[in-house]
Amino acid sequence: MKREKKKWYDYLWVLSLTYLILGFFNILFAWLGLLCFFIPLIISVLSGTKAYCNRYCGRGQLFSLLGGRFGLSRRRDVPKWMKGRAFRYGFLIFFLVMFLQMLWNTWLVFAGVSTLRQAVTLLWTFRLPWHWACHGTPVHPGVVQFAFGFYSVMLTSTVLGLITMVLFKPRSWCVYCPMGTMTQMICRVKVKGE
Amino acid sequence: MNETKIMRKKKRALVDQSLCVACGCCAKVCPLGAIEIWKGITARVSGRCVGCGKCAAECPASVITIREVENL
Repeated sequence: MKREKKKWYDYLWVLSLTYLILGFFNILFAWLGLLCFFIPLIISVLSGTKAYCNRYCGRGQLFSLLGGRFGLSRRRDVPKWMKGRAFRYGFLIFFLVMFLQMLWNTWLVFAGVSTLRQAVTLLWTFRLPWHWACHGTPVHPGVVQFAFGFYSVMLTSTVLGLITMVLFKPRSWCVYCPMGTMTQMICRVKVKGE
Repeated sequence: MNETKIMRKKKRALVDQSLCVACGCCAKVCPLGAIEIWKGITARVSGRCVGCGKCAAECPASVITIREVENL
């Protein structure tokens, strides 16, 4: 059977990997991660599809590559509870609450109530010193604080995805990815409204 | 003349649509393009499916099974 030729969007994993690497050098690159936040939502709202997940998700491609081609996945089934709606929507809510908390911390720095914390919080718990990626740029500390917060979100989700990639199937992250759950929810609402 | 009906069993992928996350991993690996994501909600299998099982192996949620379906 003829193998389908790879398209440009099959290489978006390079961007995802580059994004993670750039965060080690200059935290302000973390702002670019907003693209992964808004593009899936815009696509699902405008076209009523999950084209982002289906085609353009660089992170999913990265997990496919590492877990599939590089054989880093045990390729076991995810537990039943993980694919259930209760967990998926529960995780989405938890993720959004943590996101709001990050925005609140950013706001406190913008308002001058808190000082900039040059740290990345991994798995919402472990505060890792990350001062080397902050170069005293002439931007407001709040802008930098958001970058630290957003990079924490992105790194945390990558680490979670890598753990489940190893334990279960390569793209197990897709099962409980908050963006995927959110875009599927939007698509459901759109179909109901038709 | 009596027409002889031969019962043949054909394999086909079946998706548990209540648990499908519509990630599209199945559609990506299907060599026949027999599975697609319907309106961002769930995977749907078309009549072209021959039950090769590639989609079931790839599905991260493991909600695709290969079943035998009776065909006249």
